[in-house]
Amino acid sequence: MTAEAAAMRQDAVPAVEPPLALLAELTHRCPLRCPYCSNPVALTRPARELDTATWARVFREAAALGCLQVHLSGGEPTARRDIVEIVRAAAEAGLYTNLITAGVTLDAAKVAALVGAGLDHVQLSVQDAEGAPADRIAGAAGAHARKREAARLVRAAGLPLTLNAVVHRQNLDRLPALIALAVELGAARLEVAHVQYYGWALANREALLPTRAQLDAATAEVERARAALAGRLVIDYVVPDYFAKRPKACMGGWGRRFLAVSPAGRVLPCHAAESLPGFDFPDVRAVSLRWAWEESEAFRRFRGTAWMPEPCRGCARAEIDWGGCRCQAFALTGDAAATDPACALSPHHHLLAEAVAAAGEAGFTYRRMGAGGGGDDG
Amino acid sequence: MIGPDSVPRLARGMRLREDAARGRWVVLGPERMFVPDETALEVLRLLDGARSVAAIVDDLAARYDAPREEIAADVTALLQELAEKGVVTA
Repeated sequence: MTAEAAAMRQDAVPAVEPPLALLAELTHRCPLRCPYCSNPVALTRPARELDTATWARVFREAAALGCLQVHLSGGEPTARRDIVEIVRAAAEAGLYTNLITAGVTLDAAKVAALVGAGLDHVQLSVQDAEGAPADRIAGAAGAHARKREAARLVRAAGLPLTLNAVVHRQNLDRLPALIALAVELGAARLEVAHVQYYGWALANREALLPTRAQLDAATAEVERARAALAGRLVIDYVVPDYFAKRPKACMGGWGRRFLAVSPAGRVLPCHAAESLPGFDFPDVRAVSLRWAWEESEAFRRFRGTAWMPEPCRGCARAEIDWGGCRCQAFALTGDAAATDPACALSPHHHLLAEAVAAAGEAGFTYRRMGAGGGGDDG
Repeated sequence: MIGPDSVPRLARGMRLREDAARGRWVVLGPERMFVPDETALEVLRLLDGARSVAAIVDDLAARYDAPREEIAADVTALLQELAEKGVVTA
């Protein structure tokens, strides 16, 4: 091989860095029905969920591959009867264990068992700052009160707590109260997460997209609170795609930092990637996590920059935003390999402003099993 | 403020562990990670929730060829910075 050919080959096949974190989607079962749920529209049925021993193997393989953290998510991860064994297996594999929970199924005994198994941190979701609107968004009566109790139990057990508030048109005006709630509940971190519009949230986009005025007020409120609460509360906040000029580096780039395993064992570059057509995502029951990460076509397809179309190709930001989100590109343009329309340079960028203009009063389509035409995994 | 009598330890939710895949040590926390330099790693390894800052400085002074006052100033500044980041409590 000539030096030139070798250089070209290197360009085509970038060196694969090890992943930093694993998102383990243990189940799609959940007592809540949030209309922006990040699970796929075709939810996996419980009978197809991986068993405890397989998850334990996935954790060992993830740690050996270079993962440092595992996010135990769902659905509601504590809906699994073996959640304590799963946490123990993750901790024994040496992973930093983060439980991402709706909190409504936690009680003192469960929290104590999880701590005993080696749980490091809890991220608790809230749907709004007050019970009535929160329960309406969650589609579950009494959920907010139980979340408050879950936060108290987590803090009483000495675990650090992050509050995750998904924000949108119908709760963004109560952001000051959400920030106050995070302080009251003893959270050290608050994630103010704008809805991302694919899957369930895309179906509810009209009801959820905020106005520009709402967004500007929220951004100012975050800046005020960050200054006022410095040293007490860390607030994570990112301007949402629909109001941005440049896309986010979704997952830090396809197959660069993170991998996800679905309830049925599909290994994914991001938890929403199953919505993309034309992929054969590796099955962790059949292959190793290392093979999936390093060798599988699914992980190689959008890794690096060689796959990029115009205007990403040759763009100075190609290795900053990595072309943005593949799921959003597919959802809005029908082409998963297109530049994310969140980029002002995308020929489809106008779609975002049009969606913002079309948003208004609309009812919710709540998530439910079987809504994707009974489409089960595999 | 961190002083000679402070007894620092890793904050709850923080874990020091080897990152063998990348040949380094890291401090892991909720959705974040710190990569300590060699000096910081030496200090972090000595945090056991029993040893005071003065005892940590004694330990390092016995092992490294540097004036004790210099080590004390460096260690105190480092722990103060880590405390402000929420990595260490005292």
